[in-house]
Amino acid sequence: MDSAGEVVNDGKITLEGFTVAARAFADKWKRHNLSFPPWSWIPLINRTMLKKEEGYLSLEKIIILSSLEGSAEEESLDVTADWSEKEESIDHTVLVQNEEDEAHYYDYHIVYSASYMVPMLYFRGYSSDGKPLSLDVIKRDLPSSSVSLLLESKWTFITQEEHPYLNRPWFKLHPCGTEEWIKLLSESSSSDGCQIPVELYLVSWFSVVGQVVGLKIPREMLI
Amino acid sequence: MAANEEAMKYVWEGAIPLQIHLHKSEVASHPAPPPALVLAPRIGYLPLLVPLIKPYFKDSLPPGEDSIWFDYKGVPLKWYIPTGVLFDLLCAESERPWNLTIHFRGYPSNVLIPCEGEDSAKWNFVNSLKEAAYIINGNCKNVMNMSQSDQEDLWTSVMNGDLDAYTRLLPKLKMGNIEDEFSRKESLSSPVSRQGGGTEIDVAGQVKTARIPVRLYVRSVSQNFENLEDVPEIDTWDEISYMNRPVEFLKEKGKCFTLRDAMESLLPEYSGDRAQTSGEEEADGSQETRGEIKLVRIQGIELKLEIPFSWVVNNLMNPEFYLHISVLVIGPQR
Repeated sequence: MDSAGEVVNDGKITLEGFTVAARAFADKWKRHNLSFPPWSWIPLINRTMLKKEEGYLSLEKIIILSSLEGSAEEESLDVTADWSEKEESIDHTVLVQNEEDEAHYYDYHIVYSASYMVPMLYFRGYSSDGKPLSLDVIKRDLPSSSVSLLLESKWTFITQEEHPYLNRPWFKLHPCGTEEWIKLLSESSSSDGCQIPVELYLVSWFSVVGQVVGLKIPREMLI
Repeated sequence: MAANEEAMKYVWEGAIPLQIHLHKSEVASHPAPPPALVLAPRIGYLPLLVPLIKPYFKDSLPPGEDSIWFDYKGVPLKWYIPTGVLFDLLCAESERPWNLTIHFRGYPSNVLIPCEGEDSAKWNFVNSLKEAAYIINGNCKNVMNMSQSDQEDLWTSVMNGDLDAYTRLLPKLKMGNIEDEFSRKESLSSPVSRQGGGTEIDVAGQVKTARIPVRLYVRSVSQNFENLEDVPEIDTWDEISYMNRPVEFLKEKGKCFTLRDAMESLLPEYSGDRAQTSGEEEADGSQETRGEIKLVRIQGIELKLEIPFSWVVNNLMNPEFYLHISVLVIGPQR
């Protein structure tokens, strides 16, 4: 680790730190969050020379079942996962629901922003025929508490932007002042007010950000 | 006129002659309309040209609502990239006029983010400006603290290519200084006051590191070429690597951080220094040859890599304070 600068500093994280934190996050998720498939680390191919690996975390094909009655309640957000290993077409036969429920699929990517030195959550939703879901439809799948948060407060926005690596439009969650609330998290969680250790950085980050999109993490991950 | 002002004038006056053709599937008149000839500012954006172009074609369009987009040889153009950058990147050998196709229907929303004309272009500009501010100053307060009307005026000056108006507004933006010992005058942004954070100061009060907003577009071809006209045409954006990553550099006394140094920090796999190579032999005894940077283009100029990077930044950056660099490389051979 570079002595001239810490890997986690002031709520922000370096690129190297992100790579370490991502692995730790994925490991803990795999061990403690068994109702979900694991996150995959997607290396950026052209950057893996010189042993300086860069990449992002990917969690795909998460099924959110939306009933026609209304938006999903936070507690009972019915999230299941399509464990299919294949990247291409969605296996329709995995779904067992009544005809009225429409299944929405979600992909989530945790990507490092070199400009802001914090992680960013990109996501997209699509129906079983692969057709992208609009933001209005997606909002109906979010926990109702998130929707009011998004509409009323200014601390977080969802915008449609191009995925930094995939040349496709995705949605990006912008929590304002990420580095500030990460600092708050670290101050409140440790006795001497030290920085969050790098292995827990993404866990802490996701404990807040994930909730906006209805993904909760079990407490065991925070240890 | 200070060197810096002269360079800014050059950058702002740069323009690409475009020849815009209506896509044949949308020609509803006979005979088909001739192409529109438009001079596009390098620092501008394609959606801003639509009011100039549309009159040429409006009588030829099929009925319905417009959703406008452009393509170059079938590749949909990303409207939020400055026009000059698109040209430098997609035309290995400069094509003048640059032949583009305009569409009023069938927006490829699976590959392009939506565009609502000038509003989208403005939103994109302001966001890029905020990001650049964060990189340079360590926060975006300078942009957030600008009054709504000043922000509007700043955008309008860019939209109209009005350098005088832009220059008058810059002090209100209070963007931190990017030190440049090679300009006779300081850059036109705010004089001495740094708004904090972005540049670290060591004990002796010397500036240690600076972060520079850079957007790098790397086009990789697999085979070497003698002439630019031999470079194959581009088929999709997947052939281009986009890196939105600040260049960080240490200001060391007596040492000059060059464009080459900046390129090596962004693209270490194309570094020319053989001694640094991972140089490992593959299991079968073959060795990877490094890729090679063939061309570095900024504002349409092919730059020598020995040029001091701070000069490049201060003189060739875009109005949102980003330096856009188009690079053509030969990919590493195995």
